[in-house]
Amino acid sequence: MLDATQNPPLPARSGVGYKAQHYSDIMESPGPLGWLEIHAENYMGDGGRPLAQLRHLAERFPISVHGVGLSIGGEGDLDADHLARLKHLVSWLNPASFSEHLAWSTHDSHFFNDLLPLPYTPKTLDRVATHVQQVQETIGRQMLLENPSSYLAFAESTMSETDFLRELAQRTGCGLLLDVNNVFVSATNLKTSPQAYIDDFPLDAVGEIHLGGHDEDEDETGAPLLIDSHGKAVVDPVWALLDYTLAKSGPKPLLIEWDTDVPEWPVLADEIERADRALSLVMS
Amino acid sequence: MTVTQTAFKAAMLDPAAAVPTGIVNPDGAAASKRFDVYRNNVAVSLSDALEAAFPVVRKLLGDEFFRAMAGVFLRKHPPKSPLMMFYGDAMPQFLGRFEPTKKFGYLPDIAKVELAIRHAYHAADATSADAQAFGTLAPDALMGTKLRLAPATQTVTSDYPIHAIYRANTQTDAPKPVMQAEAVLITRAGFDPEIHHINAAAATCIEALMKGQSLGQAMAIADDTLDLGAVLGLLLAQGAVTEIY
Repeated sequence: MLDATQNPPLPARSGVGYKAQHYSDIMESPGPLGWLEIHAENYMGDGGRPLAQLRHLAERFPISVHGVGLSIGGEGDLDADHLARLKHLVSWLNPASFSEHLAWSTHDSHFFNDLLPLPYTPKTLDRVATHVQQVQETIGRQMLLENPSSYLAFAESTMSETDFLRELAQRTGCGLLLDVNNVFVSATNLKTSPQAYIDDFPLDAVGEIHLGGHDEDEDETGAPLLIDSHGKAVVDPVWALLDYTLAKSGPKPLLIEWDTDVPEWPVLADEIERADRALSLVMS
Repeated sequence: MTVTQTAFKAAMLDPAAAVPTGIVNPDGAAASKRFDVYRNNVAVSLSDALEAAFPVVRKLLGDEFFRAMAGVFLRKHPPKSPLMMFYGDAMPQFLGRFEPTKKFGYLPDIAKVELAIRHAYHAADATSADAQAFGTLAPDALMGTKLRLAPATQTVTSDYPIHAIYRANTQTDAPKPVMQAEAVLITRAGFDPEIHHINAAAATCIEALMKGQSLGQAMAIADDTLDLGAVLGLLLAQGAVTEIY
């Protein structure tokens, strides 16, 4: 599926989710920044500053395109118009990677701008696999699929998330994006072990690792309820889970995600440096 | 026990609805507060998008009123596409019909201006035409000439002083709006859209040009308050003319 003209994959270095307010900082003093991730939907306009900035950034850094609107887990068909827009973006930008989420966000032509959960059943697996194949065929390359943050469970689920993702990767040839903050959030919320999740995760299929911050709340029974907000620094237990993961997986491209209450560039640069230190521990 | 996405969506958009059976916490019990995370995420993310999209409407209504209005809007008009940059196309019509806002007749037109500015921001880039081309035209050819305008170019016409209201809410030294009909032209020479006050005749003329009509046809449609020289001067100065043919 890879064609010879495709840009090389993401480097096993630390990147950051791109925010337009950091454009000048990134162009003038990127520090240890190894690559950038953009949200696909923000670059699907016809022109203007967003696309001009992206062209400049792409000349200097490997770019990962991360979609938040395909609704891969949707019960309905994928949105053909959106798929066409994605194909156009991937064609002209030729990014190092394209990734999306194991989630749904559109139903009956309405888009909810959130990543909604799926029951893990053979029926869901068939549907998601069909959609992943359709995306990969449309854009002519492998995609990565990201594990979600879970707040609740479906009584109808018959598979573990790790089995679901492993089977999906085997069937479709897609890669996986492992968000270790999501692993920590889900494990806390569902009272499971984050290390056991990593132990059972098909790490060979991982093309990228995400790190982000979360909020803390509790449910009506007093049990902890962590919310994946991307609005804070990565917490120590998540850094520890990253070390645990990298020790098993070896070096991978790492990404700091900070999408709400976005701080000044130096705060993000510190997070990038900390991720780099985690990588250096496993670099031979 | 299967939770369909239809059932999930209905319960998610209605805070008073029961959580679908089959959604559980790790102990297998009902999980209403956990389900509320999605209710909250969706409402907050769509409200935030509307706040960012309509800053002047928000300023006119006040934060609290806007947030309450947005809560009604987002349930009645969820986005129809994942392109959040264009969310809110239904806002002008909604504000004109929504009971608490329909008495503010200017609000739908202010929302139209804010939508037009966003569309201009994301419109395709364009290279402006050389204004010298006008100089080489034979005098009798001028009225048959057509102009292609940059994709960012838009007009909004109103019975209200929309330009003055917009300025008064975006600039510190702007004069107080006086009740009169106003129209605006939105252009984008570089990356930042600009808003210009024009009269209704100029708006009629520019809209005719955008439809591919000649200068003569556009002039004939507009009333005699049209100053064609001023319209052409403004369009050319803003780099809004991409071809003269």
